[in-house]
Amino acid sequence: MLEFRFHGRGGQGSVTSAELLAITAVADNKYAQAFPSFGPERRGAPVQAFARISEEKILNRSKVYNPDVVLVLDYSLTQMVNVTEGLKPDGLLVVSTGNTAEQVRTETGWKGRLAIVDGVNIAMTHIKRPINNTVMLGALIKASGCVSIENMKVAVNERFGRIAAVNMAALNEAHENVLVSEGE
Amino acid sequence: MARRKGVESSIALADAVAMCKVDAISAYPITPQTHIVEHLSEWVNDGELDAEFIPVESEHSAMSAALGTSAVGARTFTATSSQGLALMHEILFIAPAMRLPVVMAVANRSLSGPISIWNDHSDIMAERDIGWIQIFAENGQECFDLTPACFKIAEDKRVILPTILNFDGFIVSHMIEPIEYWEQETFDKFLPEFEPQIRLDVKNPSTMGAVGVPEIYYEARMAQHMALVNSKPVIKEVFAEVSQITGREYKVVESYNMEKAEVALVMMGSLTETAMTAVNNLKAKGIEVGIVRPRLWRPFPTEEFLEVLGDISVIGCVDRAYTFGAASHPVASEVKSVLYTSDKRPQVREYVMGIGGRDVRIEEIEDMFMQLIEVKNTGKDFPIQYIGVRE
Repeated sequence: MLEFRFHGRGGQGSVTSAELLAITAVADNKYAQAFPSFGPERRGAPVQAFARISEEKILNRSKVYNPDVVLVLDYSLTQMVNVTEGLKPDGLLVVSTGNTAEQVRTETGWKGRLAIVDGVNIAMTHIKRPINNTVMLGALIKASGCVSIENMKVAVNERFGRIAAVNMAALNEAHENVLVSEGE
Repeated sequence: MARRKGVESSIALADAVAMCKVDAISAYPITPQTHIVEHLSEWVNDGELDAEFIPVESEHSAMSAALGTSAVGARTFTATSSQGLALMHEILFIAPAMRLPVVMAVANRSLSGPISIWNDHSDIMAERDIGWIQIFAENGQECFDLTPACFKIAEDKRVILPTILNFDGFIVSHMIEPIEYWEQETFDKFLPEFEPQIRLDVKNPSTMGAVGVPEIYYEARMAQHMALVNSKPVIKEVFAEVSQITGREYKVVESYNMEKAEVALVMMGSLTETAMTAVNNLKAKGIEVGIVRPRLWRPFPTEEFLEVLGDISVIGCVDRAYTFGAASHPVASEVKSVLYTSDKRPQVREYVMGIGGRDVRIEEIEDMFMQLIEVKNTGKDFPIQYIGVRE
């Protein structure tokens, strides 16, 4: 089983990205869960969302404490929240940032596998708004191979309707341009 | 072939309500139930669902309107949570008294105060004695499968009682998970048209909800009690039919690993899924423990519950609500009451957990099982354990 934790800010689409991941995994014929860190949502406030993907039926409804993957949609959160808390040493950290991998490692203290992409920049190019949730899914899929990009496209189309095409373009660009560096 | 998709449980439940071709929905939004009626109202608005949607100014009115539409013979649905369910309180008793088969989904949530939107079973346990059939779903799939079952049970001529489908707020209601949908034709074959025995009709006037003078009130209450008690065979029949349609087992009391279990936990709702992992983890260490899950809470399935217990010698009852000041909380109270009138005398220990959204971890449940093993080995006694509460 793979467990995921998403860090973002209210309004940025972290919950949606967790949902799209789970919907895609189910379409891939796997078992999956996605759920928000339940609370009164406030735009701009730090929020978390969780997901699980498994080959077998998932029998666990507690929060994710030791994720295999942490995805950070807003880099400024790394200054406020310990985004790598509980992340398995052999896990993956996916970060939206214009900084270099070395800077991210220094600032987060993360020594394991790291994937970075300038999510906001890509979002501004394609979606014209700094909402980078679909962008980061592209980076996540490339770095982890956890779901198929074909079924993700179906899920994005269903969710976004007329803005699906720009979201897929953003997702694809992140998929092509994500930089993955192996850990120590 | 059933369609399997990743979908939020609330949406799947709302889809099932629409596929039951409901005639009337009256509702007031309240977290965490909101997504259900939000989606139903959208479909009614878009002309995709041919039903009357009555937006009301409170849950008290939602339930009152539901009684009205049900009384004229409309298949009626509503949904609520927490304070909303509490606000319905006085009207809730009237639905079974007037024998109106309203179906209501309750996304279980704690009650104020302190104000909390999070999950536990406080809301429904405060409405334990309202005379409705009360069923607890474990996951999103059960929310979907049990929705048509609730309508079929409620409207059966041998039952005609309102029915509540409980499911855990957020933990189930807001969870995206894989759910297999039935085809529309399966719904249509399974659920016949609602044919009320009596209905409010201007051409054929009748009175519903008249005063019950002392000469008749007692008999009316007795008849209502018997109607609820006697609904169990029909509930079992409908559950068996759902099992056949879906290939998933639907019994009034479920069990897990009870054939081998040395000790067992009794619990309701989605907590059992997490507990199954605890059972599996202990099994890997050679320790056999089990779970008993009453899916049906009212009428309480006494015989089936005792049968599932078998000759186990230690059980722990898990409550997710308080009965303030009582000797035991609701589930433990029910179980002890059932046991006392039977010839079974397992040792009973009591637990409270998952209150007001407090997360429940697999390790906590493993610890509870191990504590029960210790009870079995040493007879150790202890008062109600409040798992995870800070002192």
